[in-house]
Amino acid sequence: MANKPKIAVFKFTGCAGCQMELLRMVDEFPELLDRVEISYFKMAKRDNLLGPYDISLIEGSVSTPRELKEIKEIRKNSKMVVAMGDCAVTGCVPSIRNWIPQHESEELVYEDTLVIGSFRPLGIGEYLKVDYDIPGCPPDKNLILGFLIKSLQELRVYHRPHSVCVECKLKENVCLLTSLMQPCMGPVTRAGCDAICPSGGRVCEGCYGPMNDANPEFLAESFKECGLNDDDISRKFRKYAGLTKEFFKEASKL
Amino acid sequence: MKSIKTINVDYIARVEGQGALAIKLDPDARDVKFKIFEPPRFFESFLVGRKYDEVHELTSRICGICPVAHQVTALRAVENAIGVEVSQQTKDLRKILALSAFISSHVLSLYFLTTPDYFNHESVISLGQEHPDLLKIGLKLKKLGNDLGDVIGGRAIHPVYAVVNGFTHIPPRKQLDSILKRLIDATNDALETVRFFDSLKYPALDSPSEQIAISDDDQYAVNEGLMKSTKGLVAEEKDYRKFIADKQVLYSHTKASTVKGRGSFLVGPLARVNINFKQLSENARAVAKEIGFNPPQLNNPFDLIITRAIEVVHAIDECIELIGRIPLKKEDTSHSFQPGEGFAITEAPRGMLYHSYKINEDGLIESADIVPPTAHNAKNIENDLKQLVETFNDLPIDDLTLKCEMLVRAYDPCISCSVH
Repeated sequence: MANKPKIAVFKFTGCAGCQMELLRMVDEFPELLDRVEISYFKMAKRDNLLGPYDISLIEGSVSTPRELKEIKEIRKNSKMVVAMGDCAVTGCVPSIRNWIPQHESEELVYEDTLVIGSFRPLGIGEYLKVDYDIPGCPPDKNLILGFLIKSLQELRVYHRPHSVCVECKLKENVCLLTSLMQPCMGPVTRAGCDAICPSGGRVCEGCYGPMNDANPEFLAESFKECGLNDDDISRKFRKYAGLTKEFFKEASKL
Repeated sequence: MKSIKTINVDYIARVEGQGALAIKLDPDARDVKFKIFEPPRFFESFLVGRKYDEVHELTSRICGICPVAHQVTALRAVENAIGVEVSQQTKDLRKILALSAFISSHVLSLYFLTTPDYFNHESVISLGQEHPDLLKIGLKLKKLGNDLGDVIGGRAIHPVYAVVNGFTHIPPRKQLDSILKRLIDATNDALETVRFFDSLKYPALDSPSEQIAISDDDQYAVNEGLMKSTKGLVAEEKDYRKFIADKQVLYSHTKASTVKGRGSFLVGPLARVNINFKQLSENARAVAKEIGFNPPQLNNPFDLIITRAIEVVHAIDECIELIGRIPLKKEDTSHSFQPGEGFAITEAPRGMLYHSYKINEDGLIESADIVPPTAHNAKNIENDLKQLVETFNDLPIDDLTLKCEMLVRAYDPCISCSVH
């Protein structure tokens, strides 16, 4: 009991969807709870411990002074810090506002902006060293589980560097981009979702962020052939991961 | 100087999102603040300039517990704006998707977030170690809700197959049949859930409030209906802003809603069961009667918990009915487009949800207006807390603090959503 690894789950600027995905592990909970201690998890527990932690899973981006202070404290108290989901990795959908002056966003929503302590959301890697990224909006529960199983055994976690196309091909789907001329983000998007969208007749929107060695310029050209204009193309890249070095150039053309 | 007794909870546990309580107990200076420090994400700002057909995909990300509600509401508001009328099959699939989210969200709230308080436990983890059997039904039902969401939406959290004017993927009959068997099997579990939650002892709080839900004579209203209140308000969705106001509260990132000229109100399962009791499934009405629930029950917000359980029974029954009749035909989602303004009100698991959009001739969003359930409830939660600390003012401070938290958890607030 005493030496079980301590796991902490924290929520920052985000929607709680990653924690909800974590809570989908109903079949795995009993065995998992035999092997780890959940030290901190506000959405599940009233008595939470203030560290130290072996693994801290962080959901959400950083967008307030309070969060900035907290995330640094967590880094100090954790052996391993994990960005769980796109908000923590890239800023995700809320980062679309990073192209809008902060005061404009604030004035549109609130009458009194003096009391709003908020800045543009960025992935946690902007402010501290992150040991591992779990991509996805949300990450499939099996990615989170796979990470936990491997890291608890101190094994290297399999980090799928390839594109959604690989998973899509394995399912023998008709290619939406080349055969049906639909603007699919699959060729530049990191795998892990099992290609759910193209398998159900919908183009990939890129919700796992960029794959390794993505070639967004080339894909943007293909999107023109699908009939998209420059603004449409830029919006595609300015969605889940517009701030990443891979997508930033295309995302900034709007 | 006389010190004023206070309750301070700097981060409320076992609710979604980041909120705090600051309550001054002194009768002469009583003050209740439900402080939501969840960071704002400014969806209404960055939606401007986005394409109409991605609004449901983006607004899904407002909430990880009720993504379906935001998707369906955004889809309907956009479709109303651009003049698209969807098929009955699409309406039915969206209803199953919404009900699947009711099942998983309600069961999460009931078994994982609520029960520990009533067994003197800090969490479902410690409770489960002592009483593993207690949670078995909850785990099973939650999985069922999520799996049903996966089948219809591609994935339960931020579903992908629901789009403007339909679904890109219609599940094969075989897949639905296997989940249908599990739903039928779960009917009894849901009834047992109502009986179990009826057996718990809730604080006797007398704090009546106006309650609002959407309503439809022909079905239990979830994705569309007329807005109705227990004080006689009846309005179409396009007139929402004529009746409901919201105002920034300086200590919270969530704006607080009121009925214009009246005050705070309650939304959620209790409001729905009270207003739409006739439209509940037979099983749900029967078990409500069995445990002595007599609508309308307007006085105790803790009744939100038992009505949440009653709705699980209904959700399972209606899913069984819908799956039985749905034709599962492949549909063409292409559609015509006209610029315009559209409105939609739906019921998220936690209550009434409003979206409206103005869309220009290029198909881009010009303005967005979103009011989630917990913004609707925020002021009512404070009023109930005030009543609660008055009613139980003789309790030791730790016990009273726990009671305040229990009240907030009865509302099952969705705090990220409320800030958005």
